[in-house]
Amino acid sequence: MHQPHKRLARSNYLPHPEVRAQRASKDALSGKSRRTIRNRNPARDPCHGYATNQNACPPDDGPAVVLLLIWMIVPLSMTIWYSFQNYNMLNPAMRGFAGFFNYVYFYTDPAFYQAIINTLFIVVGVLFITIVGGIALALLLDQPIFGQGIVRILVISPFFVMPPVAALIWKNMIMHPGYGVLADVSRFLGLQPVDWFAQYPLTSVIIIVAWQWLPFATLILLTALQSLDEEQKEAAEMDGANFANRFWYLTLPHLARAITVVILIQTIFLLAVYAEILVTTNGGPGYATTNLAFLIYRTALLSYDVGGASAGGVIAVVLANIVAIFLMRAVGRNLDR
Amino acid sequence: MKLRSALLGACSVVALSGTALAETITIATVNNGDMIRMQRLAEDFTAKHPDIELQWVTLEENVLRERVTTDIAASGGQYDVMTIGNYEVPIWAKQGWLLELNGLGDDYDVDDLLPAIRGGLSVDGKLYAAPFYGESAMIMYRTDLFEGSGLEMPESPTWEFIGEAARKIKADNPDVNGICLRGKAGWGENMAFITALVNSYGGRWFDENWQPQFDQPEWKEAFQFYVDLMNEAGPSGASSNGFNENLTLFQQGKCAMWMDATVAASFVSNPEDSTVADKVGYAIFPDTGNGNHGHWLWSWNLAVPASSAKADAAQTFIAWATNKAYTELVAEKEGWANVPPGTRTSLYENEAYKEAAPFAEPTLAAMNAADITNPSVKPVPYTGGQFVAIPEFQGLGTTVGQLFSAALAGQMSVDDALAQAQNVATREMTRSGYIK
Amino acid sequence: MARAVSTRRKWIATAAAWVVALVIFFPIFYMVVTSLKTEPEAIAGISLIPSGTFENYVEVQTQRDYFKPFLNSVIISLGSTLIALLIAIPAAWSMAFSPTRRTKDILMWMLSTKMMPAVGVLVPMFLIFRDTGLLDTRIGLTVVLTLINLPIVVWMLYTYFREIPGEILEAARMDGATLMGEIVYVLTPMAVPGIASTMLLNIILAWNEAFWSIRLSAANAAPLTAFIASFSSPQGLFWAKLSAASTLAIAPILIMGWFSQRQLVRGLTFGAVK
Repeated sequence: MHQPHKRLARSNYLPHPEVRAQRASKDALSGKSRRTIRNRNPARDPCHGYATNQNACPPDDGPAVVLLLIWMIVPLSMTIWYSFQNYNMLNPAMRGFAGFFNYVYFYTDPAFYQAIINTLFIVVGVLFITIVGGIALALLLDQPIFGQGIVRILVISPFFVMPPVAALIWKNMIMHPGYGVLADVSRFLGLQPVDWFAQYPLTSVIIIVAWQWLPFATLILLTALQSLDEEQKEAAEMDGANFANRFWYLTLPHLARAITVVILIQTIFLLAVYAEILVTTNGGPGYATTNLAFLIYRTALLSYDVGGASAGGVIAVVLANIVAIFLMRAVGRNLDR
Repeated sequence: MKLRSALLGACSVVALSGTALAETITIATVNNGDMIRMQRLAEDFTAKHPDIELQWVTLEENVLRERVTTDIAASGGQYDVMTIGNYEVPIWAKQGWLLELNGLGDDYDVDDLLPAIRGGLSVDGKLYAAPFYGESAMIMYRTDLFEGSGLEMPESPTWEFIGEAARKIKADNPDVNGICLRGKAGWGENMAFITALVNSYGGRWFDENWQPQFDQPEWKEAFQFYVDLMNEAGPSGASSNGFNENLTLFQQGKCAMWMDATVAASFVSNPEDSTVADKVGYAIFPDTGNGNHGHWLWSWNLAVPASSAKADAAQTFIAWATNKAYTELVAEKEGWANVPPGTRTSLYENEAYKEAAPFAEPTLAAMNAADITNPSVKPVPYTGGQFVAIPEFQGLGTTVGQLFSAALAGQMSVDDALAQAQNVATREMTRSGYIK
Repeated sequence: MARAVSTRRKWIATAAAWVVALVIFFPIFYMVVTSLKTEPEAIAGISLIPSGTFENYVEVQTQRDYFKPFLNSVIISLGSTLIALLIAIPAAWSMAFSPTRRTKDILMWMLSTKMMPAVGVLVPMFLIFRDTGLLDTRIGLTVVLTLINLPIVVWMLYTYFREIPGEILEAARMDGATLMGEIVYVLTPMAVPGIASTMLLNIILAWNEAFWSIRLSAANAAPLTAFIASFSSPQGLFWAKLSAASTLAIAPILIMGWFSQRQLVRGLTFGAVK
């Protein structure tokens, strides 16, 4: 029997990293599409070289993907089914087919448009803070500093805090207009304490969520930054490029892919933010912090309107897909090398 | 032979004790102080009923409500005893989701329950939940500040007087808020207070045809009064203050007046937590001279879902937790002041309790004054004092509460908030088939 | 000269980094400090030196046992992570090495289902759980957490596997390795850092998941998120006690995170680093 793992030790299977990098950048420069690169590489050929027609692959990889799809499809199809039903849990007598009524009702909710806008504001606001802050932090942590390990631990810690706890800490101990730390600080400075959740409700929610996701962005960006070739950096420095130039022409392009990843992953979670809102503002004042997820929450667990909440869920998925398509158009190219 | 029968005997003993031990009931309850105390004292129950084991699910009020509602509506059958409010009881009982409580034992004395409370837990004369504690609303005020400003709390204050007093005290004592009221959005937070306020202004949520009434002058008058008063004499950040926040403010001496649930009285008068324990006076919830004092009435109750397979054990537990003997147990172990209030007439006739709880009399007066079948001077198609006992109220009340807290925070005008509330309520009531 | 400059620069960078790090960490620090205060102290204004009472922790433990929810959290987050990896590794493998035209679409679609607010599916899920007897069981929670984190896991693994040069597989194949052989002997060892950090990330996400874990559990399977939900009290601002409970709930995952941060970081790249 063969023992393929032994062969790993033979370095000639692995092109030297530099060679790989060069090859990749050459391909990128010459504008070759991903497919040409892939096809030159038999192992990435969809059919293991047994067939050339992509649609006629032997289905050896089927089961795992199919299982995955079943995992995904069952709840989604149940949601779609319920979205066409009249079904309020507290009023079981009124069940029946509803047609598109649930969709119309959800869509005409007075809070609907603001909820969409708030959802986007939360996503964009948090992305902006975490990416700008994350780049700044990553640049800072990339410097040689004393106690680097401890600093890094401190910076990543918020990522491990569960959302309800994070919201409670910020609401009670940091932003509370009477007893919060920020209120104490402003009183110390002789200022009127800010009533965060009444005056700047959406901003407050964004700050809390951004605090939770900043470590994630920082980590990914820092890892990417550390892979930037030291020689390239030094060469640029020798050439007399100042910091701004180096950052703009060398660092930022290098980070593009990492930034894309941060945007993609965070967007997934940010579209569904609701625990922080529930704990802090309950969607108010007015609809100031009602986002789509909270609106669905209200329909499902205050009104117990299963049909309406399901319709809201389907609308949310459709919107998420629109965002996803938009994202892939805008930044997705960075993912393909 | 001997060995065999011995073994058989042993087996049957094991089998017997096995079935006896199998009776484990799951109790879902809120994490209020009184319930946590009950959990602590439950050893007494298990000592008396070794065949019943208790399993607790203790949760914060809103999460608990979500969970038990989902469970009972979808017959999840996860709980044998549920702690629910008098808002849910009539709605659920009509759906057939609750068991009638008829196995509470001969010594239970159902007639001792306060009539207002008992009425709220009965449908067609059958009792569907047993009250654990009950509350109404009243004024708690600082006697020293009133004296300092030369004011005297009348026997039955009007809102007009309250408004003047709050502004005067605020002017005399810049560090103190003239009045603290709920502002945080939620059907059980600001809407509880505002609904009671509007009741006393002669307003109502719906007319006899279920038409929302936010466009009526009573709402405008009452809500404008509330917003103006809070802006001029209330604490900053009032739009995020609920019961908790106001309680803390009052305990720290930052409020001259606070109108809220009567259970608060035992917290503000407790010298361990309150800096103003010896300076608190109590008065009946204000009216507008029409004799309507808001009709606030709430109770936390224990009920058995129809899906429970252990209904007998569940009722045995409920009987233990809501009987007179439990009151005495708490009194013996933790003192009379910690007894769960507001459920039984006999408690308010008990001298030891009246002595330990200076707020006993105003509490009883408030509870007896509450009539949840006629909350407004005008006729209404619903029951409920500070809430409307229809399933839609949780969602609707919370949405309206959001609009009203926005008006309080100054992000929306009073007129806008009322107009939008009217719009939202009409939409919801039409959808649910109330408005034909 | 040059050396002096670089030392000065190092000190400035150190100072700046520490200030920022302390600001970011402050809320967590302050929560721990508050948990050691008495209740009146907790709302008495800013003070970083507590009177050092452990009473809150004792009270939290007497009010509700910590160890059962702790154990549930451990079992559920580890269990769901393992199952997710078992399903995701072959799936991600075939997506990375035998992509079809639909692969990217499937990936994107999977990710987009994750964007659906969980509460929209609550009732359907509740009904499934009721009918299968999974309500309030660890197995049930493990299954649901596997389900919701699977898209992220597949995607993370997919990006790693794509980093692995195809030449290796080709060589292994020429040596006659079977499909499983490729995965077990060639692919997996090379992807260890990636799998490790996927695992860590998934444990964190599962541990902190606060929607399903609260709604589908009662007395038996309730994890630490439900433990927290039993401490935000409606009767008074018990901040010190709440802080103690919160500290207990996040401490295990925080400590795990601190110890494993190197592994976590190594793989957190999502293929973002060439």
